[in-house]
Amino acid sequence: MMTSRDNLVYFCYLHRTGLTVLALSLLLLLWPMVESNPYNLGLSNLIAIYVIVVLGLNLFIGYTGQISLGHAAFFAIGAYGSAIGTTTLGWSAWPVMLLVALAAAFIAFTIGLPALKLSGHYLAMATLGFNIVIYTLLVQWDTITGGPSGFAGIPYLSVGGLVFDTEIRIHYLVWSFAMISLLSSLNLVRSGTGRGLAALAQDETAAAALGVNIRSAKVKVFVMSAVLASLAGSLFAHCYAFVSPDSFNIFVSVDFVIMVVVGGMGSIWGTLLGTAFITLLPEWIEALDAYKDIIHGLILVLILLFLPQGLVTGITDAVRTRIALGRGKHA
Amino acid sequence: MLELLKVSKWFGGLPALQDVSLRIEPGRITALIGPNGAGKSTLINCISGVDRAGEGRILLDGHAIEKLPAHKIAAQGVARTFQNLKVFARLSVLDNVLTGLTVAAESSFIISMLRLPALRHQERQLRLKALEALDRFELAPKAGWPASALSYGDKKRMEMARAFVSEPRLVLLDEPVAGLNSEETAKIARHIRQQRRAGHTMLLVEHDMELVMEVADQVVVLDSGRCIASGPPAQVRNNPLVLEAYLGRMEATA
Repeated sequence: MMTSRDNLVYFCYLHRTGLTVLALSLLLLLWPMVESNPYNLGLSNLIAIYVIVVLGLNLFIGYTGQISLGHAAFFAIGAYGSAIGTTTLGWSAWPVMLLVALAAAFIAFTIGLPALKLSGHYLAMATLGFNIVIYTLLVQWDTITGGPSGFAGIPYLSVGGLVFDTEIRIHYLVWSFAMISLLSSLNLVRSGTGRGLAALAQDETAAAALGVNIRSAKVKVFVMSAVLASLAGSLFAHCYAFVSPDSFNIFVSVDFVIMVVVGGMGSIWGTLLGTAFITLLPEWIEALDAYKDIIHGLILVLILLFLPQGLVTGITDAVRTRIALGRGKHA
Repeated sequence: MLELLKVSKWFGGLPALQDVSLRIEPGRITALIGPNGAGKSTLINCISGVDRAGEGRILLDGHAIEKLPAHKIAAQGVARTFQNLKVFARLSVLDNVLTGLTVAAESSFIISMLRLPALRHQERQLRLKALEALDRFELAPKAGWPASALSYGDKKRMEMARAFVSEPRLVLLDEPVAGLNSEETAKIARHIRQQRRAGHTMLLVEHDMELVMEVADQVVVLDSGRCIASGPPAQVRNNPLVLEAYLGRMEATA
């Protein structure tokens, strides 16, 4: 007999993903009432923007077993695309955002198709090169991009009469995007297509024999991750009203990869933690700012040495296995 | 059902399969035996598209499949297990079996991301199917376990559940009892017979003669990439060619 309490527990278990998303959304809805310091809000807004990039990158790394070392370039395409489209050309922001994302998709497709055909990490090389090309363009082509001193005067986004020009308003804007990306990613990995991707990440031969079109799946995820990075870049440009090349160099790309690794490869929820941790780290150890790259590198090496699946995933996997084996002994 | 016509395959200059022709009849178990290196796994790999046959034709219900990539052959209803286990260690047991329904569950990225009611309905149906398959292979109580926590024998049966869950036209079993003790072997034998009663067609590659003689309707013997005999188990067992090429060699090593 199921009591009503059992029913409730079962309901919560069944809908655990939806309920967690709902709870987090509520928390984010109320957050600006608790935290009104604009500096701290600005930090959490930056986390939201990075989360969108890292979600896509995590799907790519965690579900196709490939690595992109150039996601900052797609982030740059979104940011500079929106900046140039709205400021230089004077087009309206939302259509430009979509157009630029489409362009990013096309570029990712062109890079991904040949590089992902080959087994091995050719895509890592190709994206690394691509990032360097884009960064050089941003610095050198100063008539269009503003060069090393950056691109200023980008308009804020608006919906109807509401302009997203304060940290609180931006909070609601960027976290809406981040939560939609999070929910979509969760939905994707819980679907049949997502299971095919999980299979692909762990064993390509087995996945193919189960009916996963390996090559096409890799390209699709790569393109999707580029679109997310581009959308995040557009938000970044409109929220800060200013962009400069330093936000898009290869070290930023590497930081995105570190965020994935800290959060755990293939862990959608871990992405939130990994991104928040790496974004906030410089705030906590301000004194060590000069050694930031060394510290990030150390974190990466230590995690990959001891928990190759990533920090959060590595720990949860170990706990799950322990629990299952413990239960097996008692049964 | 499945017909191989003069299939050959070389690795470098070495022939792994030479002019192998065989027929697999629907609803029956065809066993493929032969000494190590005879080309049994290569044959399974060629049928499932993991390897490509160099020459010859492979017909599934009259349609040529020898040039199709693995995922398209899977979509045609050919499922397989692997000799050295290809278990997705990080997925749950249930999700592992659900990957066996990849072809049925395939939908576009956009639809998957929106998780519309139609997709949820389909997910529930697939989940039920996977649970049924787990039940058939006596793994239902462990459905929620991470696959990495299963014993070797359980993993073997989980792979079988994953292969059979989609009700494929043909299942290729690559050494399903290799490395198992007699108790676990008996369990697998029971499962194989049960699946045959349910009408499944199987190609069984196996070293365990006892199992082959017990479950197979038809036995094909490979030696050095060539098909040297085929027929009902009792007949093949007494074929002098087979005794010499296969069993004779086994006695020599024993």
